[in-house]
Amino acid sequence: MTARASSTKLMSADDVVATLDDGMTIGIGGWGSRRKPMSIVRAMARSSLKDLTVVSFAGPDLGLLCATGKVRRAVYPFASLDSIALEPHFRAARQAGRVEDVPFDEGMFLLALQAAAWRVPFLPTRVGLGSDLMTLNPMLRTVQSPFDDGLELTAVPAFELDAAICHLNRADERGNASFLGPDLYFDDLYLRAARTRRFISAERIVPTAALAEEAGTELRLRIARIMVDGVVESPGGAWFTSCVPDYERDEALQREYAAAARSPEQWDAFFRTHVEVAS
Amino acid sequence: MSATRADICVVALAECFRGDGEIVANPIGTIPMIAGRLARATFEPDLMATDGEAALVANDAAFAWPEGRVIEYYNPYRSMFDVVWSGRRHVVMGATQIDPYGNQNFAAIGADYAAPKTQLIGFRGAPGNTVNHTTSYWVANHSPRVFVEKVDVVTGVGWDRAAAAGPAALEFFELRRVVTNLCVLDFGGPDHRMRLVSVHPGVSVDDVVAATGFELAGADSVTESRLPTDEEMRLIREVIDPDDQRHTELPEERS
Repeated sequence: MTARASSTKLMSADDVVATLDDGMTIGIGGWGSRRKPMSIVRAMARSSLKDLTVVSFAGPDLGLLCATGKVRRAVYPFASLDSIALEPHFRAARQAGRVEDVPFDEGMFLLALQAAAWRVPFLPTRVGLGSDLMTLNPMLRTVQSPFDDGLELTAVPAFELDAAICHLNRADERGNASFLGPDLYFDDLYLRAARTRRFISAERIVPTAALAEEAGTELRLRIARIMVDGVVESPGGAWFTSCVPDYERDEALQREYAAAARSPEQWDAFFRTHVEVAS
Repeated sequence: MSATRADICVVALAECFRGDGEIVANPIGTIPMIAGRLARATFEPDLMATDGEAALVANDAAFAWPEGRVIEYYNPYRSMFDVVWSGRRHVVMGATQIDPYGNQNFAAIGADYAAPKTQLIGFRGAPGNTVNHTTSYWVANHSPRVFVEKVDVVTGVGWDRAAAAGPAALEFFELRRVVTNLCVLDFGGPDHRMRLVSVHPGVSVDDVVAATGFELAGADSVTESRLPTDEEMRLIREVIDPDDQRHTELPEERS
């Protein structure tokens, strides 16, 4: 029997960025300051990209892209660094009116990803009713149940993502991947929601046969290669966010990142030291 | 050994869960988390509680489990939304602003949402929480800047807005109580307006009125918030919060 040639999807972070264009809508996986695909986000920050719409349970991914002038619109349910409650670079951009704000509820955000992943135009929910989301978020509508209850519900439209970017603990070179920490978050939904440009970075690339063994159980193999177009090997790729069990958040570096929002000079210094250099 | 204001707030918040039965008690913040554990360890033994990450745990300690967690359920964020939307949850959230009907804001301060004076955390889960299950609030710094006639942005839904939004918003809506460093409030006033229920020992009704930016109902029939029992004090100090985190959130003040 001859071995079939399996196609590798390995590429670099800069290769990923080369597929992106100005004005695109980019979904970024992880949660707050946890398992964010920061090596690719840093490559975006170094690039000439602009006018991006960032769709994220946001942390320093959104903050870094705001600080480097890449973001036109933020679609997010929160922006936080976890151990530092508020994202200082996003705050600065918002308070200066530099970023268009499309607010979401966390669960409603899940529904927008799920609707895209299931290829339906919207999903109904009670979430949003009575809150200012219904006026501040121009994407939302209401819909009446066609059944006897006749309830008026929120219609959460499917996100239209031009690209999805996530960071996982282990992957093979074809795009199968595992999470080894406590929570997958919504990474699988981002990768299903985007139709093309679905990218993952991973702490380590391993042979397919080693994926289940490394994870200790097949229950953690939650990203399949049908969901992935490109794979970046990126040890430390969640820098400085947490990527347990491979590493905890680098709190000292996160504090330095947050403090750099105090002045343009401090930001320039941080950028030169930690962003400009390719990892 | 007398109870501190923080201890009294813990007990007042624990009382919010009385009668809840077998649901997820999800108090957010240091003192609320201690309170949820206290309610379970005493009068609401069927409550479930999170470890702050992706598990529901049976441990009485609120913050650290040197002998290991006793995990009852794997509860990643996706499962948490299943819990929220099933209604089997009671959340305690914070509020940067809250109005007489319990509309809450922790997204942004200022008249212009497009360029707010202060950007806060965002809407988080507040819109979904409030229309799907019981919600209470914890305010550690009761002041006229927090208790305002009108919030700048409605993140968590109040009684008036829920009623106006129709049956789908009101069906499972229950704003239960607001506990602050000064007092306990509920929404038993006319049209579900906020009402003063009890003041903490050492606090006067006038103190609360002065710290509130709108007129409170019920100020004529106020009681004093109850003290912890000896057993509650022992649980708080020795089991639930042995590292005394509650006094980091609310500095010690003997009453």
